[in-house]
Amino acid sequence: MTAACAACSAVDVGASDAPNGGGAIQLHLPDIHCAACIAEVEEALRAAPGVTGARVNLTLKRASVEGGGLTATPLIEALAAAGHRAQELDPSLLAGQGGEMRDLLMRTGVAGFAMMNVMLLSVAVWSGAADATAQLFHLISAAIAIPAVAFAGRPFFASALRALGHGRLNMDVPISLAIVLAAGVSLMNALTGSEQHAWFDAALALTFFLLIGRCLDQAGRRAARSAAAELAALDVPQAILLTDAGPRVVRAETLAPGDRIEVRPGDRFPADGIVAEGRSDIDRSALNGESAPAPVAPGGAVSAGEINLSGPLVVTVERAGRDTALSRLTDLVATAEAQRSRYSGVADRAARAYAPLVHILSAGAFVAWFWATADGWRALDVAIATLVITCPCALGLAVPAVSTVATGRLFRRGLLVKSQTALERLAEVDMVVFDKTGTLTTGAARLTGSPEPRALALAAGLATASRHPYSQAIRAAAEARGIAPAAVSEVVEVPGRGVEAQHEGRRVRLGHPGWIGAAGDGVMLDDGEGGAVRFTFEEEMRPEAPALIATLKARGLPVALLSGDGEGTVRAASNTLGIDDAHARMTPEDKADWLAARAGEGRRVLMVGDGLNDSAALAGAHASLAPASGLEAARAVADVVLVGDDLGSVADLLITAKGSLVRMRENIGISALYNIVAVPVAVLGFASPFLAALAMSVSSLTVTLNSLRRQA
Amino acid sequence: MNVLVVLIPVSVGLGLAGLAAFVWTLRASQYDDPAGDRARILDDRFDDAPADDPRGQS
Repeated sequence: MTAACAACSAVDVGASDAPNGGGAIQLHLPDIHCAACIAEVEEALRAAPGVTGARVNLTLKRASVEGGGLTATPLIEALAAAGHRAQELDPSLLAGQGGEMRDLLMRTGVAGFAMMNVMLLSVAVWSGAADATAQLFHLISAAIAIPAVAFAGRPFFASALRALGHGRLNMDVPISLAIVLAAGVSLMNALTGSEQHAWFDAALALTFFLLIGRCLDQAGRRAARSAAAELAALDVPQAILLTDAGPRVVRAETLAPGDRIEVRPGDRFPADGIVAEGRSDIDRSALNGESAPAPVAPGGAVSAGEINLSGPLVVTVERAGRDTALSRLTDLVATAEAQRSRYSGVADRAARAYAPLVHILSAGAFVAWFWATADGWRALDVAIATLVITCPCALGLAVPAVSTVATGRLFRRGLLVKSQTALERLAEVDMVVFDKTGTLTTGAARLTGSPEPRALALAAGLATASRHPYSQAIRAAAEARGIAPAAVSEVVEVPGRGVEAQHEGRRVRLGHPGWIGAAGDGVMLDDGEGGAVRFTFEEEMRPEAPALIATLKARGLPVALLSGDGEGTVRAASNTLGIDDAHARMTPEDKADWLAARAGEGRRVLMVGDGLNDSAALAGAHASLAPASGLEAARAVADVVLVGDDLGSVADLLITAKGSLVRMRENIGISALYNIVAVPVAVLGFASPFLAALAMSVSSLTVTLNSLRRQA
Repeated sequence: MNVLVVLIPVSVGLGLAGLAAFVWTLRASQYDDPAGDRARILDDRFDDAPADDPRGQS
């Protein structure tokens, strides 16, 4: 509803006209946010012909529409009439989402209810039941706890076995060991009627609290991940293949060299090729960052990812699918990404130090007690108590609880955090690097100077017929100055040249200076009376960009600009924004190398960029952000995707990330504190199941409450 | 202690009833769209009867 995003124009081809085979159509609704939106969207969809049912999912910002023989296009139009933007989603890319969450919730529920019941039975034992009664209670607890633990603990057991299979230790190894030992030994005690402690409630409580941590982890990223998958699903690259039987819409990856495809104005080229027919201008900014459109004529080369601006083209495909220039950048990205995946988060580092410690402590307790008392059962009891009490329920919650709160807050501000460790890496950022075209600038052009009204009115009249960015800039300038476009007739767009028409009986032209018979940049207007007026353009800055740069600099973060565009435009932009460290004519490799050099100096850089030429730099930077209007490749590698239009939220993002890291460290400190107090008690043999249950619940609760505390 | 014969099945039964209710809410997709449900409760359209259309797939 605000400025139409760049992705929407690319979707023209995306909304397939093929009837849907009975299944539900999934629509992405980026703007819905309230009860009124839900009602409007559902009513609009139900009123559409052929629809039998429609339901909006506000959490996922998605609508599922059911009905026979539906196509997406009329539904999207119906929603547009009701004032809502919508895009069709490719269901194959969305398959398999949501199942994990349900599974985790189920396990949490089973662990929770079993824990409550066993707790009740344990209270009886704690308050003095003895002999046959105690054994009866233990046996009933076992009957509830053993199947519940076996079902609910599966995720931990599976992960622990995987880690052991690779010869590593992770946090799930001590967790699984504690759960299995506690349940197993208690079962033995219950069967033999021994007077030893029963740990059924502890085993279940451990499983329950840790599963809550897992659920939070999952829920926090589910919305972000599903939105990221939606962004990917939006960009289904399609092509119009020209066959003997007429044009046909096919998937871009099925194209083969030699195929002839039609590319309409406004579409992205689906493959690399040579122009066979037609003239047009193309926008190459996604590939090399150049802001000025370039003309192409038959014989000219075009690359996948570039956008056709003014005239229809027929292109002979040279390379398609994975061989395109677009895909060749992936190698560069993969190398850069491999370097970053070695980053380990706060939780990992804590767990790596912690897991061996837990094992050594409980093994040590077992050996010491066995040596001192020669009572194997007593020693095992102490070892279990140590394992259960040190087992970090609170540590399992410490990081997920904080990141759930933080990513949820960022999501509401239009920032999707995609990576698990992104918040921690963002908190460490000490330098910010921007791409220019499409990131700091909107990608649109703006008319400079103030041409005389009569010429502007005539130019605006001619520009109405064209989709070229310069035409749009002329129209916008005329509108801003309140000048009505002059009436022109017999308008003909000459692709790759300009527009010509009749005005008051004269032939008037607007287009490339070379076409009008002059040299230089910009656009010339030939008013048919021998006069020629030149229009010049500059890039339009995002309105929030100067304030953002100033904020970042005020916070002591160095800011740099890396662009593939020419010297002149880069210098103009960096002067407007007050960036001293600006580099022009950077290839994708240059950008990645530049970032690697800064990383070598010990800098932790946040890269903000939208184009393909940025994707390697985005993957190689310490943390990265891409606007949702950027190319899929850039969004795929970025840690954070900016869905809203406001680039200014980058400043908030860094503050929130810093606050979250502080909160995570606090949480880990709190859970360590509980352990420091509890471990001596357990090792000395004073721990009882009651104490273990108390320590676990209180520490988990403290950590959760601390995470929910509002950030200052 | 004969009272245990009654009370223990009752307590276990209540736990199972709670679990069954939880499983039902899970099956009925009540955790799939928390934000939407929060908004829908303010909507007058569902005052007389709940929405009868199928739940969206998540």
